[in-house]
Amino acid sequence: MKDPYNVIVAGVGGQGNVVGSWLMGSLLVDLGYRVTIGETYGASQRGGSVMSHLRISKVRQYGPFIPPRSADLVMALEPSEAARVLGQFGNPGTVSVVNTRPVYPVDVISGVLSYPVVEELLDIVQSLCARSYLVDATTRALELGNPILANIIMIGAVSGAGLLPFTEEALESAIRENMTADKVEINLMAFRLGRQMVN
Amino acid sequence: MSVLNLDAEGKEVLMMGNEAIARGALEAGLQVAAAYPGNPSSDIIETLAKVAGEMGIHVEWSVNEKVALEVAAAAAVSNGNALAAMKQNGLNVACDFLLNLNLTGIRGALVVVVADDPSGISSSNEEDSRIFAKLADLPLLEPATFNEAKEMVRFAFDLSRQIGNPVMVRSVTRISHARGNVILGSLPKERPTLRFDTSIPLCPIPTALTHPALHRRLAQAAEILAESPFNRYDGPESPELLIITCGAGWLFASEAVEVLGLGSRAGVLKVGTTWPLPNELLLKRLKTAERVLFLEEVDPVLENNVLELFARHNRNLPRIEFLGKGSGTVPPNGELLPGLVMDCLSKVMGARLPEIDPEYAARAGQAIETYAPARSLAFCPGCPHRASLWAVKQALSLDGRDGVLFGDIGCYSLGIMPTGFLQLKSIHAMGSGAGMACGFGSFESLGVDQPSLAVCGDSTFYHAVVPALINAVHQRSDFLLIVMDNGGTAMTGFQPHPGSPIDAMGRAAPQVSIEELCKSLGLKTFVSDPFDLQATTDIIYELIRERSGPKVLVLRQQCALVKSKKEGRRYRMTIDAERCVGEDCGCNRLCTRIFRCPGLNWDKNANRSTIDEAICVGCGVCAELCPKQAIVREGI
Repeated sequence: MKDPYNVIVAGVGGQGNVVGSWLMGSLLVDLGYRVTIGETYGASQRGGSVMSHLRISKVRQYGPFIPPRSADLVMALEPSEAARVLGQFGNPGTVSVVNTRPVYPVDVISGVLSYPVVEELLDIVQSLCARSYLVDATTRALELGNPILANIIMIGAVSGAGLLPFTEEALESAIRENMTADKVEINLMAFRLGRQMVN
Repeated sequence: MSVLNLDAEGKEVLMMGNEAIARGALEAGLQVAAAYPGNPSSDIIETLAKVAGEMGIHVEWSVNEKVALEVAAAAAVSNGNALAAMKQNGLNVACDFLLNLNLTGIRGALVVVVADDPSGISSSNEEDSRIFAKLADLPLLEPATFNEAKEMVRFAFDLSRQIGNPVMVRSVTRISHARGNVILGSLPKERPTLRFDTSIPLCPIPTALTHPALHRRLAQAAEILAESPFNRYDGPESPELLIITCGAGWLFASEAVEVLGLGSRAGVLKVGTTWPLPNELLLKRLKTAERVLFLEEVDPVLENNVLELFARHNRNLPRIEFLGKGSGTVPPNGELLPGLVMDCLSKVMGARLPEIDPEYAARAGQAIETYAPARSLAFCPGCPHRASLWAVKQALSLDGRDGVLFGDIGCYSLGIMPTGFLQLKSIHAMGSGAGMACGFGSFESLGVDQPSLAVCGDSTFYHAVVPALINAVHQRSDFLLIVMDNGGTAMTGFQPHPGSPIDAMGRAAPQVSIEELCKSLGLKTFVSDPFDLQATTDIIYELIRERSGPKVLVLRQQCALVKSKKEGRRYRMTIDAERCVGEDCGCNRLCTRIFRCPGLNWDKNANRSTIDEAICVGCGVCAELCPKQAIVREGI
């Protein structure tokens, strides 16, 4: 793995971005990495763009913000957020894992702005990456009973694509340590589902 | 057990900067911690509160920052170890007390952690609280990493006890709200006994004695800090450029030097003890410097203090070109980020920035321009504030006298934007809307005929609104205060406040009722449910028509985030495709164009509204708006 390996988790407030990136960071610290996670969000808890930057290194503690054009992996919980983040931090070597279901901005809902045609949006996302994995995580999460599980499905996809060294065992112990018992199984199901979706 | 009080010395864990600060305090033997919630500082007390019972310490959410500092100081003048945490605005509230406490000194340890918010990411301003350290003659430490945040706070307790005065620690959003590796230290087995020595009172008068004593305590701190390991230089002995930096700026500066390959040409001096300055170390580095670049966040505090030091010693120092905010090399406001620092350094050193294929760059620009529609801030789906401000909008419009709604700080500040129908007309400080509305409601004799209204949240009500209400009663001001009571301090993560049935430590607590308090002041007080749009609109209208002195209307409905977690959805919402006729309706797309709840969508192709089941929380309010009753709510 490149050092530092720079990951951006992009999404919209309320999608579980912060918890997802914290979970990924914890697993990596347990594997002996120095991890820095920076979170960027607006004043509102929901509705705004949210991105977390993960810096993963064996050498030093890097700053909480990735330099321009230096993302190695973009895990996007929303497709237009993938475009926003790749536009700023992408480079020809960037790999992306993208949840394909849009979350419409309020200005789109009100008709002030329009949301791009999803196929074209995914085309430009793919054109900015060396490789892209498209995952309809929210739809599958709704089938599991809760849209918030999309973030765990996405982590599963990142793991399944071999982009970060997460194992189901490590994830299970992190989930057991930090979530209530009734949530363990459903989160593990979401993780396994994510792994399958890219294989 | 939480990792915060894990007794595992040497274990490396991932911690948020604020958790690291809390851990540092526990390792120092913390006994009392108090704060009023304010991001980016809130998690310090929040995480401490979770382990307070196990650790046998007192942790509280105080009514405001001044009281929080006073509570912490009560322990620190009684031989205890105390911490007060706040955001930059909070220090303004607390500083009247701080600027007297510094003169009396303390008889224990008190660490004041201030988390600044460069660029105002979750704040109304981006003031630089470090200036208070100089104003109050108190030592100031600035952590640059997560582990250092922990180490510095632990050390700050020792320093405070040694000099007998509070010590300030300034964090910033990029430390407090970021996470990184922290190596756990040991937790002490014993803590000091709390006892107030009544033989010597605490009194800042006469200042002819106390002010010089304060200066002596600061001089003592300077001696202790002179050799501090928190100050560090990395680079060649005589660099072409000496970068002097602190806090998160150090992380960005050292990475920029690495990326631009400037390691052999530029040296980085990280100052962790920014007040009083480590004079000897700085003078030693300035002796071999030709050019100096200051990199720090918000104001040129370190820059100006070093320039002052240089001026005092200039006979023994070379001619130096100083670059920074003063020279216009670095922007005079906002946070430093890697891109900005790399640009600065590349210009100053003539170093080339990493290159990108122009075709890729053009496509990347297009991705942002065309494929990433802006996400303006909005109230959460099902947020009661949306309903409350809708009712205000209707009532003010019916009244027709151009009423003014003064606001302040909280989630409802978004009411100044389209998501709150542009109803708020001012935002300044906690409680300032009530004070301003109280003033504006007293000017009838000056010819003012616009109705005066203020809005505040429940937590803000206790924090800073009560004095304005007392003033309003006494001055016979004619205004309506609307308290949007969503049951907690929502914006910062739903911390309890004096109206909550539990305290920070989760114990049952007596509730101070907003209505009872208002009634006891002789105020006419009413309560309404904002989800009942018609009743709420009617009562607001009636109250602003009636010119009868100050009135209070409590709009009570729980925060949608808490409600959906606790209770799940109240209604299953659907659109009746037969009834919704879209653009042909004549409603002008009231639900999506005006009401704009993110749970609603406009399906252009089908020419009708839809419900996004992944977003909608089922509050049911939009069903009341639709003139065709096409939005259907079905109880769950």
